[in-house]
Amino acid sequence: MAQLFKLARRNIWRNKRRTIITVCSILFAVFFATFMKSMQKGTWDNVVNSVVSNFFGFAQIHENGYWEDLSLNKSMEYNAELKNLADSDENIQDLVPRLESFALGSHDIKTKGVVVIGIDPVKENKLTNLADKIIQGKYFGEESKGAIIASGLADYLKLTVGDTLVMIGQGFRGLNAAGKYLVEGMVEFGSPELNNGMVYLPLDQAQYLYGAEGRITNLIVDTDKPKKIKETVSSLKNTLGSEKYEVMDWEELIPDLVSARQMDTAGGTIFLNILYLLISFGIFGTLLMMLKERQYEFGVLLSIGMKKWQIFIMLWFETIVLAFIGVLAGILLAMPLIYYMFANPVALTGDMASAYDSFGIEAVVTAAFESGIFIQQGIVIFVIVTLLSLYPFFKIRSLHPVKAMR
Amino acid sequence: MANNIVIETKGLHKTYDESKVPVHAVRGVDIKITEGEFTAIVGPSGSGKSTLLNIIGGLDQPSEGSIIIDGQDLSKLKPNQLIDFRKNNIGFVFQSYNLIPVLTAKENVEFVMLLQNRNEKERSERTKELLDAVGLSDKYDVRPTELSGGQQQRVAVARALAPKPKFILADEPTANLDSTSTRNLLDIMARLNQEENITFVFSTHDQRVIERARRVISVEDGKVESDIIK
Ligand SMILES: Nc1ncnc2c1ncn2[C@@H]1O[C@H](COP(=O)(O)OP(=O)(O)OP(=O)(O)O)[C@@H](O)[C@H]1O
Ligand SMILES: [Mg+2]
Repeated sequence: MAQLFKLARRNIWRNKRRTIITVCSILFAVFFATFMKSMQKGTWDNVVNSVVSNFFGFAQIHENGYWEDLSLNKSMEYNAELKNLADSDENIQDLVPRLESFALGSHDIKTKGVVVIGIDPVKENKLTNLADKIIQGKYFGEESKGAIIASGLADYLKLTVGDTLVMIGQGFRGLNAAGKYLVEGMVEFGSPELNNGMVYLPLDQAQYLYGAEGRITNLIVDTDKPKKIKETVSSLKNTLGSEKYEVMDWEELIPDLVSARQMDTAGGTIFLNILYLLISFGIFGTLLMMLKERQYEFGVLLSIGMKKWQIFIMLWFETIVLAFIGVLAGILLAMPLIYYMFANPVALTGDMASAYDSFGIEAVVTAAFESGIFIQQGIVIFVIVTLLSLYPFFKIRSLHPVKAMR
Repeated sequence: MANNIVIETKGLHKTYDESKVPVHAVRGVDIKITEGEFTAIVGPSGSGKSTLLNIIGGLDQPSEGSIIIDGQDLSKLKPNQLIDFRKNNIGFVFQSYNLIPVLTAKENVEFVMLLQNRNEKERSERTKELLDAVGLSDKYDVRPTELSGGQQQRVAVARALAPKPKFILADEPTANLDSTSTRNLLDIMARLNQEENITFVFSTHDQRVIERARRVISVEDGKVESDIIK
């Protein structure tokens, strides 16, 4: 066996051209496959993160039917059961209440439709780090009664911190809603959709504005175990029952995002399969060439007493070693580039960017730097090459020493 | 030494019928070769010399007839048994040397013994002895590509002898060699034959080689024309 391995090693050295062609094609395959996978994963993870953890949360609880109507009439009472619900599941860190609705916001002669969100300042900040997005003024304190507005909206309405924002809308059960709010702070969002329309109020102020005392529209699940969100959702459903409340994870909340990701990933998979197919042909070509070139040599080995399986093992060793080198080199080559893309996301511009914006997502392309992707792609390509290298077995089996040496 | 028969063929026929017109390359050959012979098989191109040697060496099967090597009928062996039998009993030397290119002279000679699982000490002693015998004591660690044709063929002879075969089959071993190398190789073969009683059967067109043989079997059209023992 050791002898076969030694022969294999020397054969690899001897036929440098074949070695280089084989190693390079494996290397490129691994390089592209890991790069593609990492970029796809990274970009989508970023999308999900920016949408989910910056705004929607990984799951939400509403009054039944709220997500369909988005109407204040489907708001729910923020009662003791809901307030204590966070203790029901250990994966839930907190449940963050919001009262969301619409209004017309105006200042001087400018008016614009805005999204009003009443928040519990402390809880909301833990969930979405809203205070970090403040670019002017201050985040809500204990006693705040004013508003925090998004900078795009502020520009449009020509508002700055210290000015007064007037809002008019329709409240709970058709009441008129109107109020004046001191602008206490300004936040900036990467997504233009958020940045051009958001107004935050302290929860009690929003409830007062809309005549919805003690009510909220959304209760957002704050979790540090997003991977277990399905379990958490079903345990919440169990606790609450399906009569009065709906519990939705982020995939139900934003199904468009899920299907967009699936489409994109499917496209990527097709591309990857084409890549696998191409390198399979490449490797197969070098195998065929090698078998033809060395047929004579195999005839000699057979006639001096080497068994067919020994020749086959020798060839198999050769390919395995080449595959190993190729896979390793591919990973080592891809790593720095992927890491660079991971550490330095590229901001998108143009059409792509506006497509992202319409989802309310920061438009950046970035990579995931995950060992899982390297391992997975490395193994897939290694297995492909290993399987391909079984082909010579059929050739060697039918080898006849005299014919091989002719 | 008694007349120990190492090779015996009985009614050997070989027809190649892969092409449209079947070629009857060997048509009824009965020969016996005893231990210690130094025999040339001669004949014009296409007369069936290579075919005959390949069948005797168990590399190819006859269409009819049998080959008995040292009492063993080759047709009775399974494919893997045949490979082992060849490895242990028959040494081959080919026209174009056919050394393993990635191994040095020493490793080429050692290779078959490795396949036989001989121990390290035995292998290196025998390798040294054989390379010395063919006059290559200074070329142990040289790869085939750095050796001349004559030197490569001498390594091939040493390799063929390594497993202590019953005999050596050589198909036109000098066809690619110049006259000095030819003479040199024949000297070595003749000496091994005389001093170590090694049996050689070789095919050739070359008159100078024929002259050195002690038995000359002439074939023509796949049949033995004459069989002269000098
Ligand atoms: N595999 C084969 N298929 C068909 N015909 C073959 C095959 N091998 C040899 N022959 C034919 O068989 C006959 C004998 O060939 P062989 O090679 O044994 O002759 P040879 O005496 O060794 O010739 P040379 O001196 O040229 O080497 C020739 O007519 C040759 O064309
Ligand atoms: Mg011939």
